[in-house]
Amino acid sequence: MKTDEAQSAHRIIKMDRRTLLKRAAVLGGGAALGALLPPWAQSVAQGMPSTMPTLSGEDIKLIIGHTPITIDGKTSHAVTINGTVPGPLLRLKEGQRVKISVTNNLNEESSIHWHGLLVPTHMDGVPGVSFPGIPPGETFVYEFPVVQSGTYWYHSHSGLQEAEGHYAPIVIDPADADPVKSDREHVIVLADHSEMHPHLIFKRMKQQGGVFNYQRQTIAGLLTGDDQTFAERAEWAKMLMDPTDISDVTGAVMTFLVNGHGPKDNWTALFNPGERVRLRFVNAAAQMIFNVRLPGLKLTVVAADGQNVRPIEVDEFQIGNAETYDILIQPTDDRAYTIVSEAVDRSGMGRATLAPRPGMTADVPPLRDRPLATMRDMGMDMSSHGKPSGDSGMDHSSMGHSNMQHSPAAAPGMAPPRPRGSDVMADMSAMEGMDMSMLNPRNAPQIKMGPNVQMITPMPVDRTGEPGQGLESVGHRVLVYKDLVALERNPDSRAPSRALEIRLTGNMERFSWGFDGWKFSEGPLPYSFRHGERVRVTLVNDTMMTHPIHLHGHFFELVHAPIGYLPRKHTVSVLPGGKVTFDLTAEEGDWAFHCHMLYHMHGGMFQVFKVRRSEGEVS
Amino acid sequence: MKAAAPLAIVPAVLSVVAVAQDPHAGHKPPPSTAPTQTQPSPETSKDAHAGHEQPSPASTSPSEPDPHAGHRTPPPAPDPHAGHAMPKPADDTGSEGQTAASLPVGASAPPGVIKDSAVDTIYGTSSMARARDVLSDEHGGSLVSKVMTNILEFTTASGEEGYRWDIEGWYGGDLHRFVVKTEGEGDGDEVDAAEVQALYSRALGRYTDLQAGVRYDFEPDGLAYATVGVESLLPYWFDVEGAIYLSEQGDAFARLEGSYDVRFTQRLILQPRLELTLSAQDVPESDTGSGFSSAEVGLRLRYDIRREFAPYLGVNFEKSLGRTADLVRASGGEVDDTTIVLGLRAWF
Repeated sequence: MKTDEAQSAHRIIKMDRRTLLKRAAVLGGGAALGALLPPWAQSVAQGMPSTMPTLSGEDIKLIIGHTPITIDGKTSHAVTINGTVPGPLLRLKEGQRVKISVTNNLNEESSIHWHGLLVPTHMDGVPGVSFPGIPPGETFVYEFPVVQSGTYWYHSHSGLQEAEGHYAPIVIDPADADPVKSDREHVIVLADHSEMHPHLIFKRMKQQGGVFNYQRQTIAGLLTGDDQTFAERAEWAKMLMDPTDISDVTGAVMTFLVNGHGPKDNWTALFNPGERVRLRFVNAAAQMIFNVRLPGLKLTVVAADGQNVRPIEVDEFQIGNAETYDILIQPTDDRAYTIVSEAVDRSGMGRATLAPRPGMTADVPPLRDRPLATMRDMGMDMSSHGKPSGDSGMDHSSMGHSNMQHSPAAAPGMAPPRPRGSDVMADMSAMEGMDMSMLNPRNAPQIKMGPNVQMITPMPVDRTGEPGQGLESVGHRVLVYKDLVALERNPDSRAPSRALEIRLTGNMERFSWGFDGWKFSEGPLPYSFRHGERVRVTLVNDTMMTHPIHLHGHFFELVHAPIGYLPRKHTVSVLPGGKVTFDLTAEEGDWAFHCHMLYHMHGGMFQVFKVRRSEGEVS
Repeated sequence: MKAAAPLAIVPAVLSVVAVAQDPHAGHKPPPSTAPTQTQPSPETSKDAHAGHEQPSPASTSPSEPDPHAGHRTPPPAPDPHAGHAMPKPADDTGSEGQTAASLPVGASAPPGVIKDSAVDTIYGTSSMARARDVLSDEHGGSLVSKVMTNILEFTTASGEEGYRWDIEGWYGGDLHRFVVKTEGEGDGDEVDAAEVQALYSRALGRYTDLQAGVRYDFEPDGLAYATVGVESLLPYWFDVEGAIYLSEQGDAFARLEGSYDVRFTQRLILQPRLELTLSAQDVPESDTGSGFSSAEVGLRLRYDIRREFAPYLGVNFEKSLGRTADLVRASGGEVDDTTIVLGLRAWF
């Protein structure tokens, strides 16, 4: 970002409140069509603070129930909070206490987890870990102090209710002045919705691998010179790996939503040219990772997972399930912009519009080519000469240089396209002495071997400097985790007193998932910690799919940044064949730790971090 | 955590006690070059020592009743714009000092495995135990079923029409399943062959299940067998299964099947299928000779309307082999058979 641009991007523009209120009143009639939705999620959103909050204060009441919802003109069933999808925005203030009573009107147990909020363990809302759950017809009262600020969300932690609509955003205003200045803001909740019941979706994936993938490689594609060459296909087929398996639930059975609206509904956020607009993105999708961009606008990322970061200007970012990103934009032209949330596997997109006036639209870009996984996603990329697991996080060989042999200096997203046919295990001589077996228990002795462990990545690399799958060569700047540096000083910057490696495992053919080879249903021992200890945790992805991993009750800090300014996150996507290292300060309690792809979690990728004070310490 | 504390005041109690006892709350940093600012101003960001800063004790406030004192973001610096007024390009961050990745990592032993629950004292062990059972079931414990018609077709050969089925169903988890298989064929007049198998299936490896159980033939003769076999997915995506059968009369047989999906387009798929049967002995009453007794090759072209619903059209060649062929010929039967098939591959 050039300094002058940055300064203009941070100039505060005084808004004419009276004019805006007048405009809001004129538009009120149209908005009545969406009366069932909270104001900020109606088809046309003013984005003024006055229309934003639906629920705030110290005493909040939420009701979980069944409600029909209409998406792109089709009506289907949803599990809702206060009758809407998403549920009501909770607008809280740092430093307040809040009492939230949640009534469960379903005929099954329910719950609410406050995603990213640092709450006492017994208020965290995970049935079987932090409380017993909310039985049908009963009310549970959550009560906790609000000790942070930023963009978060809340959702069910029971069954697969989240996939049916049981999610909503939280915005917490800081106690003091917000370092992020904007004239207007919009909360943008991305999600996926299926008319197929989530239990049936899960069953189908158990019944047949790749059941929703209609973008597989074909003979037709081979003949027209698309996708992998025959040699590459043979190599992958030999290993029983499908490079088109980017997302297991796809647009074939899902519609991608923006604030509860389908692409045809075209949810529209309003702005006045010249204003600085803050967009608070939440990915509340059950299973879909999105690539987000607003063609024609630079995006200045100012917060990740609710925590402020040093502003970084990009053209596009990938948002894993449960992550949040706050971005600032300053459109000066009197025109509309499309808010594109493209499915990572290009099987569809969520679409919304940012416009000066309702009814305006902008071009909707076509879906880009669907990506193919590469050897790098198996942790077997020879070109990078990556190093085996256990290497330090300072792995510059992987800093966004995926497939960039020809242009090591290319910025993330701007690598030249990989030549067709280059994804083969060519130069084995460079790897002499290295065990390239895809299933060697010695590479991860903590893994429980068995039918649920399909592979063990032989040499995982730190991929936090790379854009997500399919964004390596999109021709513009894409956000990578290594761009993130905390704005405020970290509360704890001690060196870790020990290290812990956790492997993300699974078998795509059986659709079973776990940590260190254990499905949670098999009763693995919990990961145990001392209260206050600083631990360096490395997550290694031994599967061919990205897993956004969430730890409850904590922020953990990614280690790539300068000491004291590590970006703090509650959820981190671990790319296939990759690893992510973070430090965390353990907080007393029992905390769920899981993949935030709902169907992976339901398939067993769930564990518990247990943290206790030492003997003699009084709690 | 004190069990007796009424729920509503637990957080408050925790808050006060936690702060009093929290080893973090007053956490003393090692000797440091503690800056006076807690925010990274552009100046400190550029400072090569910025990365060495330790948290200033002033950045936490031990007097505040906050159970998450260790988590608090330090109070903003007097100038909240400090960090945002002149943002630095992130590309520079790598060069502005030591990153946390380079911190030495200690070798402290982990604590013993913690097995108690942090919240049983609040919500009661029995309600939490019930919730834990549900939690376990819902995170990897689901039991699933599938019923699939591998073959469900009308056949026609030189004017004679018939039908054939090969249907499999299973119920269970990832490792243990109960499997039922049935196959058979017939024509308008009668059922020529019909068998049912009931099997226990155990996952042996990533792609292989071992199956053992019983088989009963209703037609042509009522006959029971014990069976053991495997189903597997082989490299290059070949689906194979094989089983041996020991009849109640002491005769042994075996069957091998393999198939492959040739994906012309996303939905138009050709499935070559091969089946071989073997016999360990001559069984004259059923025209079966020892050795390979029959071979069958099928080509079925299906269209996946959905993955779970695919009509197909195909052709099937079947031939008696070796001594079996001799026996069939001797009794006046045909040793080979070519049929056109029209069917439905479906599952639910």
